Amino acid sequence: MSTIVVFVEHQNGAVRRPSIEALGAAAATGAAVVAVLGGEGARALAPGLGAAGASRAVVLAGGGAFSPDACATDLAAVAREEGARAFFAAATSTGRDVAPRVAALLDSTLHSDCTGLTGQGDSLVVTRPWLAGKVIATMRSTAPVFCATLRRNVFAPATGSGTAAVRERPATPGGRTVLAAVTAKSGGKLDVGEAPVVVAGGRGLGEPAGFRILEELAAAFGNAAVGASRAVVDAGWRGHSEQVGQTGKTVSPQLYIAVGISGAIQHLAGMKTSKVIVAINKDPDAPIFKVADYGIVGDAFQVVPALTAAVKKLRAEG
Amino acid sequence: MNIVTCIKRVPTTDLNPKVGADGKSIDAAGVQYMVSFYDEVAVEEAVRTKEKLGGEVTVLTIGPAEASKEVRECLAKGADRGAILLDPHWHQRDCLSSAKALAERIRGSGADLVLTGRLATDRDHAAVGPMLAALLGWPCVTDVVALEITAAGGTAKREADGGIESYSFSLPVVITCQKDLNTPRYAGLKGIMAAKKKPLEEVACPSFPAQAEIVALALPPERKAGRIVGKGPEAVPALVAALRNEAKVL
Repeated sequence: MSTIVVFVEHQNGAVRRPSIEALGAAAATGAAVVAVLGGEGARALAPGLGAAGASRAVVLAGGGAFSPDACATDLAAVAREEGARAFFAAATSTGRDVAPRVAALLDSTLHSDCTGLTGQGDSLVVTRPWLAGKVIATMRSTAPVFCATLRRNVFAPATGSGTAAVRERPATPGGRTVLAAVTAKSGGKLDVGEAPVVVAGGRGLGEPAGFRILEELAAAFGNAAVGASRAVVDAGWRGHSEQVGQTGKTVSPQLYIAVGISGAIQHLAGMKTSKVIVAINKDPDAPIFKVADYGIVGDAFQVVPALTAAVKKLRAEG
Repeated sequence: MNIVTCIKRVPTTDLNPKVGADGKSIDAAGVQYMVSFYDEVAVEEAVRTKEKLGGEVTVLTIGPAEASKEVRECLAKGADRGAILLDPHWHQRDCLSSAKALAERIRGSGADLVLTGRLATDRDHAAVGPMLAALLGWPCVTDVVALEITAAGGTAKREADGGIESYSFSLPVVITCQKDLNTPRYAGLKGIMAAKKKPLEEVACPSFPAQAEIVALALPPERKAGRIVGKGPEAVPALVAALRNEAKVL
């Protein structure tokens, strides 16, 4: 049986959901799954990874503050010790930082942000977006270790039970660069890449203050993030962290509401895989209506407050 | 300060791609090229760092001879010299084969700082920068939104899922640039004229065979046509009903 090594991230005493999905994807290939985790609290979480599909877990013990290069050194070492045929990480910000280094140390190329995985053993095949999703590539590889990061919210967690056998391995101390501090995002706002509902605005909102109606709509949903088109980010109305599209974030929420966004191809590439798309725009010929499931032609400043009131009413009714 | 900026020639972001007849390539007909957006941010950061600390900026790319257009654009914005590692089959490279070729060129070149974009907007891997650092044995900070470089080292802030992470490092270092780092300047006429006289070297790209193999390319499924539920605020109840009863997302 071939072995897949999976990098597992945890936060506040819990394994991160994208890592659980990566373990599930690895287990679904039929391989023996070896989870690798480090940092404070890793030892306590390791046995429980059995339920997430890992047959064994390797805890990187000690090591101090997080270093992406030291972490990569340890992950590559474990992959070698285990004779792994594949290495997976979740395509989180940390996973995408560490995995290329692991791949390079294993003399293997990397498939980033994969949205599909089939095959087993020596014949893994992945699908992944190119050009922010305008093209879907199906890829295989002759690399000694098949290295991939897996997009979140795509792969199903394993429905296993039991505990993973744990072995400890000393973490590489130090590193060439070490995490000194983390500044949390202001106000606990949801990230546009992760929120189940995205309310996005464009030039049609007229001025920066126009986004107030979107913030109110997002607040009414309770689980929504505000997104923005490139035009308004370049104009300085909103921060780049909110930009949806080819030079911003690719999002796939349950519900995407585009307000005053005409729908340039670069923007559509970043949101076309949303489950349901709603467009609100004054221009009935705006390209955004071609990808929208539901559209309202009208002035955002009249339509959005009415929608906010309706959502609030629904929420109040429970 | 010896600064190297790695850039990539990529299709313009307004491309509406078609799959080629072989089913494994993007139809090249009518494709226009540009410097990958995040690489423009890297060039800007390189020039600003040179303006502050002195030194020289080299623009390095892997591509066809036609990539001289993209390299000259960077020279027009203040970079000093260019180098193209010529590979007529640059489309077929994978992350590792590119990173190895760049590492071979940069190793022993005396570079203090390597800047590149967080990802190339064609294959979207975000891998070559950190791979290059791993091959060179250098520190690397990715997705950087704020950068301070001094003669010996520096600090960088990176955009992460949970917030902004701060790292410090000594030189040499590889930095991959996120959009918030700066706003790239436009090339003035003077810059464009000066760029024509700046040295641009073309050498064969070291050959490292690609491991990644394209099985097939396909366009994503088209979304089914939706419908306009109405005009103005009067249409909101119909929209809410559709979201609740048909789409079941409310």
